[in-house]
Amino acid sequence: MLWPAFSAWDPGHQARLHSVIEHRVGGAEPRFQLDYPINESDFLSAGESASKTKKALQQLGLRPEVVKNSAIIVYEAAMNIVIHATSGRLRVIIVSDEVVIRAEDVGPGIPDIELAMQVGYSTAPHEIREMGFGAGMGLANMKRCSDKLTIKSEPGVGTILEARIYLGQKGSPHETR
Amino acid sequence: MTLRDIKDILDAEVLCGKHLLDREVKTGFACDLVSEMLAFAGSGNLIITSLKNPHVIHTAEVMDAVGVIFVGGRNPNLSLAKQIENSPIPLLATDLLMFKCCGLLFQHGILGTKRGCIQ
Repeated sequence: MLWPAFSAWDPGHQARLHSVIEHRVGGAEPRFQLDYPINESDFLSAGESASKTKKALQQLGLRPEVVKNSAIIVYEAAMNIVIHATSGRLRVIIVSDEVVIRAEDVGPGIPDIELAMQVGYSTAPHEIREMGFGAGMGLANMKRCSDKLTIKSEPGVGTILEARIYLGQKGSPHETR
Repeated sequence: MTLRDIKDILDAEVLCGKHLLDREVKTGFACDLVSEMLAFAGSGNLIITSLKNPHVIHTAEVMDAVGVIFVGGRNPNLSLAKQIENSPIPLLATDLLMFKCCGLLFQHGILGTKRGCIQ
């Protein structure tokens, strides 16, 4: 396991949040890693990180479905940080037999994750919607594209989102690549 | 049908990707929401949109779109213009509005994407 379990999440302290993020538990070292800092209102960086992710994973020879789903998750996760958070970081890591996309931010957090997962629910402002985002589909899109999606959030602190995509056939994490 | 045929049908201007106009187009997807494109548009679609910003290019790239048609005017806005030359996806623009553009394409055999709804 690359990161500590979400039980290690310590709400209430942004500095602590980052230390949790930085800390690595023993286990397999990543075979591959992309790391994007994402800043508030830096809309172009979101799209660029998705494009770069796609190219990099294609070069590694991963299945087209894995590449596409990873790029979609990166795009949506990065946009969520750009729209809602004050700063964040997005990592794409291949470890063992899966792609792990980890988006972490410092921001307002998600008070009701279940509600936020519902298609059409959005708190994005009007100007974001005019850009074609904020339709309330982002989290549902990420869930559809991942084999496992975990979201941990603390209002007023930030959010950690982790999406896992198996490199084998969808739903079969132990299939050979 | 190729992008070149579509250019003629829609009287469209090629903003970039002139060397890619022989790409075959079978299905299209029209919308103005990026998340909807990411959710519903499968690979190989022609994206038709009135949304004119750089996100459309990144989205089309992620979606493996065959091309993008910008409807409702040939002149891209400034933020899009800066990105056009870097686009790996052919971009066309037409003065036609969305409904007429889609109607003409459908009339000429371009079908809707087969993708189902979000789960």
